[in-house]
Amino acid sequence: MLFIIILILSFAAGYVLPWWVAAVIAFAATIYAGGQPGRAFWSGFGAVFIVWVALALFKSIPNNHMLAARVAVLFHAPHWLVLLFVTAFIGGLVGGFAALSGLLVRRVFEKPHHSANRIAE
Amino acid sequence: MKIVKAVFVVALTLTLIWALQTKFGDLPPIGGFLNPVSGFWQNAESKNILAEENLKLDGLLDEVIIRYDENRVPHIFAKNEHDLYYAQGYVTAADRLWQMDIQTRSAAGRLAEVVGNKALETDRYHRRMGMVYGAENSLQKMMQDPQTKLTIDAYTEGVNTYIRSLTPATYPIEFKLLNYKPENWKPINCVFLLKLMSETLAGGSDDMEMTNTLNKFGSKVTQNLFPDHDFQEDPIIPAGTQWNFKPLPVPKPSASFLSQMLSSNNKPANKVEGIGSNNWVVSGSKSASGYPILANDPHLHLTFPSIWYQIQLHGPGVNVYGVSLPGAPHVVIGYNQKISWGVTNVDADVLDWYQMKFKDNSYNEYWYNNRWNKTTRRTEVIGIRGQQSVNEQVVYTHFGPVVYENAGQKAKGAPGNVPVGTALRWIAHDESNEWRTFYLLNRGKNYSDYRRALSYYSAPAQNFVFASAGKDIAITPNGKMPLKFEDQGKFILDGTDPGNDWQGWIPFEHNPTVKNPSRGYVSSANQNPADATYPYFINWQFGSYDRGRRINDRLQAMPKITADSMRILQTDNYSITARDVLPTLLKYLDASKLDASQTQALAILKVWDKRYDATSQGASIFDSWWKAFYDLTWKDEFETTNETLRWPTRDRTIKMLLTNPDAKWFDNLQTPNRETCADIISQAFNTAVDNLRRKQGNPGVAWQWGKVRPTEIEHLAGLDGFGSGPFETGGTAGVINAISGGNGPSWRMLVQMGPKVQGYGVFPGGQSGNPGSFYYTNMLQTWKDGRLNPLLYLQSAAEKSNRIKTTLTLNSK
Repeated sequence: MLFIIILILSFAAGYVLPWWVAAVIAFAATIYAGGQPGRAFWSGFGAVFIVWVALALFKSIPNNHMLAARVAVLFHAPHWLVLLFVTAFIGGLVGGFAALSGLLVRRVFEKPHHSANRIAE
Repeated sequence: MKIVKAVFVVALTLTLIWALQTKFGDLPPIGGFLNPVSGFWQNAESKNILAEENLKLDGLLDEVIIRYDENRVPHIFAKNEHDLYYAQGYVTAADRLWQMDIQTRSAAGRLAEVVGNKALETDRYHRRMGMVYGAENSLQKMMQDPQTKLTIDAYTEGVNTYIRSLTPATYPIEFKLLNYKPENWKPINCVFLLKLMSETLAGGSDDMEMTNTLNKFGSKVTQNLFPDHDFQEDPIIPAGTQWNFKPLPVPKPSASFLSQMLSSNNKPANKVEGIGSNNWVVSGSKSASGYPILANDPHLHLTFPSIWYQIQLHGPGVNVYGVSLPGAPHVVIGYNQKISWGVTNVDADVLDWYQMKFKDNSYNEYWYNNRWNKTTRRTEVIGIRGQQSVNEQVVYTHFGPVVYENAGQKAKGAPGNVPVGTALRWIAHDESNEWRTFYLLNRGKNYSDYRRALSYYSAPAQNFVFASAGKDIAITPNGKMPLKFEDQGKFILDGTDPGNDWQGWIPFEHNPTVKNPSRGYVSSANQNPADATYPYFINWQFGSYDRGRRINDRLQAMPKITADSMRILQTDNYSITARDVLPTLLKYLDASKLDASQTQALAILKVWDKRYDATSQGASIFDSWWKAFYDLTWKDEFETTNETLRWPTRDRTIKMLLTNPDAKWFDNLQTPNRETCADIISQAFNTAVDNLRRKQGNPGVAWQWGKVRPTEIEHLAGLDGFGSGPFETGGTAGVINAISGGNGPSWRMLVQMGPKVQGYGVFPGGQSGNPGSFYYTNMLQTWKDGRLNPLLYLQSAAEKSNRIKTTLTLNSK
C-alpha cells in the first residue's frame, strides 16, 4: 500500500521541481500510512528507485542513450547503465530515509499501544 | 527515546538531501546533476521531432516563421529588422546558450566567478590587457549608429526571451555540471566576441622573444635571420599590381629605434603556426559555368560546440545564408543572391609593447616626450566563486594599459610572452563598428557595396575575398592598420620616445586590393599581402607562402573549374615544403650508413607523393625528419634556460638549406667537431627514424600519418566524452587542408555564383551545442570525409522543400 502510494505520487511529481519533492512525498505518505520501520524504508527506497529508473529511461530511450553514454565517459563509468543505477540508488536512498523519517515522526505522536502496527497493514 | 530516534533519522535524511544538492570540489552536486527530474537526463533530446511548433513570445512586432532543415539549420523569415535579429538571438541561444555564456565570460575576465580560483590568472590577464576597456569603447561607437543599435538590441532581446523561458530542468547541461545559472545577455557580449576574435587572430606577439634575440645576437644577425620579406613569396595581391593611390609620407624611424638597431646591448605572446585560413575565388573565365566560384575555409582551434552557427536570414532588403558567431547578429561568412564573401587572417602588426620609464613605484607618472606624464587607473573587480573578489587597479598610459607593472605582478600562469613594465598599444582597444561591415555585406549587391562595407571594418584585419553574380572578383587585405615606419613594433619599443607612437592610419583606400586581375583568380592563405612595392609597413612576418603557392599553382593549371574540383582543392594534402626541400635533403643523406629500418624508411620516402594523406607513411617520415633537422640546426643557439628567444622561421631555414649549406648555424656548438649541413641532415634522419620506431614499432601500417598524428576535437571545457575522441585524418599546418594539433578548417564553404546561386558547406560538428542532441556531431563525418553539404537557400517562407523538417512559428504574446 505504502509502496504504491509513494510510487504513484512521486511519479506524478516527476514533472514538478525540485527533485527532492520525492522525499516530501515519501515522508508524508508514511506519516499517513504508517507501518514497520523496515517495510517503510524499503517501500520508500523501492518506489523512488523504480520511479527514477522510469523517468530517466523516458528521456534516455528516445535519445538512444547517446547523452547517457557521453556522461558515463565523463565520469569514467564503464557503461551508462552504471549511471542509471547510481541515479536510481540515490533516489532510493532519499526515498527510503524520508519514508523512515515519516514513520518515526508518526510514532512520536502515536499513543503508546501495540496495535499501531496493525492499523497500517 | 522515540523523539531522539525520529530527530536523528530526520536529520540524517535532511543531511543526505543537502549533500546531494551541494557542489564539492570540481564535482557537480550529485543529486542535482543525476536526478531525472531536473538533472542531466532532461538534456537528452528525443529523436522524434515535432513538425510544427508555435510559440508566443514577448516583444515581437509581427509573425516570424523559422524553418529548420535536416541539419537543423534555421531559415528565418521575418517582416522587419527587429524581428529578424530578435529571432536570430532566440534560435542561437536555444542551440548554443552555454557556449555564448562561457566565451563572453572568458573574454570579459569573468570565468573565476563560475569555476573559482583556478581561472583567476586568465581573468586577470584579460582584465589587465584591456579586453573590457576595448569592448566598452567599441560598444559606445556601435550604439551611436542606429542600425547597429537596433540589431544588437533586438538580438539581445531574443536571447533574453529564450533565457527567461528556461527552468533549472532545461538549462544546458554544462550549467548543471558547473552548477550556475544563465544570466541575462547584454549588448556588450556581442562586442566581446569580436574582441575574442582579435585576441585569437591579432593578440599574439613575439616582440619579447624578438627583443631577447636582438640582445643576444645583435641587429645584423637578427635582421639576417628574421628578414622582412621571405625567401619564398607569393603575395596575395599579384606581384606587379599597380597601386592606384598616392601614398602618404611614411613616418621616419624614431631615434630610439635607430639606436636600438645600432647598439648590441639593449635594455628593454606566442604565435602558433596552423591558425591560418584559405580563401580564393576564380572568375567566370576559369569556371565551367562562366560565373565566379568562391571558396573559404577559416582555420581555428576546433572545439565542441562548433565555433560557427549556420543560419539563413530573410527580411526586408536581405536574404543571406552563411555562418554566424554564436552570440552576435548577422552572417560573418556567406552569400546572398548577388554576392559572396569570405575571410582569412591578415596578421597585421596591430599590437605593440612600449617599455615604460616610471618615476617611482607608485606608477603615477611616466617619462615621455621629455617630461613626466600622469597615468590613470581603471579598477577591475574580479569575482571568484567561493572567495572574496579581487580588486585590480590597472595603470593606463596614453598607449594603453600596463599589463604587468613588474615581475612580481606577473604571477605563475600568466602568458609568458607579455613583457613586464611595458604598456600595451592594441587595435582592439580602439572604438570600432565591425558589425556595420557585416550588416552591409549581408545586403550587398555588387563590388561597390563590398568596398563600402569594408570601409567600416577595424579588427582583426582580414583578407576579404569577394565574388558577385555580376562576375566581379576581388580581394582586400582589410582592417584599420597603423601608419608605421619599417619594422616599428618588430621589437619592444621605447615608450619615452614620441617617435615610436602610431602615427595615424593607412587610409582605407590604400589598403592593398585587387579587382578582376588578368590571371582570373585571387586567393589568400595568410601570406604576405603585397610585394615590396607596397609603400606601407603592415608586418615583417606573415604566414609562409606554401599554402598560397599550392592554391595558386592549382588555380593557374585548372581549366573549367567546378564546385567539385574546388572541393577537392580545399582538402588537398600536397606539401610545398616537401617539394621544395626533400630533393635537397635526399641529396645530402649518406645512404651507405643506414641500418635496416632506415633503409626501409628511405625507400618509402623516395616514392612518396609528397601528400600528407592519412594513410601515407612517407608523410610521417618526412615530417619527423624535417622537425629533427630544424631542431638540430637551431637548438644549440636558440634553446636557452633563462630567456625565451624567437626561433628562425621555416622559410629562413629553407633558404639556408637551399642556398647556404656552409652556414655557421649548422655547426652544433655542443660538439668539438664542425658539423656541416650534410652531417645535420644525416643525424636528423637517424633521429627521425629512431623516434618513429620507438613510438610506432617497425615501418608499416603503424607509420601512417593518421596513426602517427591522431586528431581530436575537444569540448570547450575539455570535458571527456563531450568531444570527438581521437580520429585519423590527413593534412598538416603547411598544406591547404591545414588540420594540425586540434586546429583546422572550422568551416568549409564554396559558393557557385550565377543566375541562381548555390552554396556548399560543412563544419566539424553540428548546429546544436547540446551533447544530448542528434545535431551535436552529425556533420563531423561529412567534414572528415572531405565532403560538403549542398546548402538550402530558400527564397520565401512558403517555398516547398523536402529538406525542411520542422517549422517554428513565433508570434507576439
